[in-house]
Amino acid sequence: MKKSLQLFATFFKIGAFTLGGGYAMLSMVEKAVVDQKKWIDADEFWDMIAVIQSLPGVFAVNTALYVGHRIDGTRGAVAAMLGAIIPSITIILLLATVFHEYRDLPVVERIFKGIRPCVVALILAPSLRMVKSAKLNWKTAIIPLATVFLIWWCKISPAYVIITAIVGSFCYAIYINRCVKKEDKP
Amino acid sequence: MIYLQLLWVFIKIGVLGFGGGYAMLSLIQHEVVDNYAWMSTTEFADMVAISQMTPGPISINLATYVGYTTAGFGGSLLASFALCLPSIIMVYFIIRLFMKKKGNPLMDNTLKALKPAIAGLIFAAGLNMMNVQNFGSWGELQNYLSIGICGAAFVASYFFKANPILLIVISGIIGCFVY
Repeated sequence: MKKSLQLFATFFKIGAFTLGGGYAMLSMVEKAVVDQKKWIDADEFWDMIAVIQSLPGVFAVNTALYVGHRIDGTRGAVAAMLGAIIPSITIILLLATVFHEYRDLPVVERIFKGIRPCVVALILAPSLRMVKSAKLNWKTAIIPLATVFLIWWCKISPAYVIITAIVGSFCYAIYINRCVKKEDKP
Repeated sequence: MIYLQLLWVFIKIGVLGFGGGYAMLSLIQHEVVDNYAWMSTTEFADMVAISQMTPGPISINLATYVGYTTAGFGGSLLASFALCLPSIIMVYFIIRLFMKKKGNPLMDNTLKALKPAIAGLIFAAGLNMMNVQNFGSWGELQNYLSIGICGAAFVASYFFKANPILLIVISGIIGCFVY
């Protein structure tokens, strides 16, 4: 029980004070779980993160669930997850009530008129950074272009695009793995 | 009815949301703005900005907000819970299947191959927000200014890794004084 409470407190603190998305919180989780509480060692922690990164869903929630489960079973998973999401939910509920009331004020509208194009830039920049780190050639560059074309131009549901991409990537991975195995055999 | 819709939409997003919060944006946008019209495109942009400036996952923030505006307090909890539900179910399967094996090569390669598509997904979410509602119509003062702000913020973010909160605050101040 004590462990679960500590898990809740740890993830609550991280959820309440970490700005900058899921990856910014990783070092804080590591510091709390590995360095201070010594619940798991660093190797195991980063192995876990490698698996978690490949899962769908909210990264912070997944991290909380897995770390919590590893440390204190189901109770720990639930405690850590609640800790991770309660600050967000509370803050947004408070802001939503305020925002609804003041949204139509001319000052607020002016401020947001300035902010909206900035938000667009903040979304485009990391996607291009991802493209860069994926080291595309002129053949594979078709993938992100096709994705953009289908979603933005054809208005096809991103859900179908993702499912198609997963199936395609999975087949490609099977193919790659076979090639590797063939090379291994003399 | 609205509760069932919220549940279904956010479970779907939780299942298909690969690649982090930004990658979920186009999924959320498609359902919440285009399909169900629970939010206008400007409201969506505003909420993304607010999410950037507040702690916590962007998708949880959006789920809470959409749930609250469509179905009140209960709706906000339901939408956030629905978003987490697939993760909760998955924990038990994944722990049994994968946790013991270090780095499954098939999974690693699948994800590596998925990355370009996820980048495209995020880019599309940005392009979808580049519309008349957020940028003003052609030839208007707002349009020129918006393009300027967007371009400058992009350069600052992409090349100089500027702090996103700082960029939002500066853009807000510009908007407040210019419009």
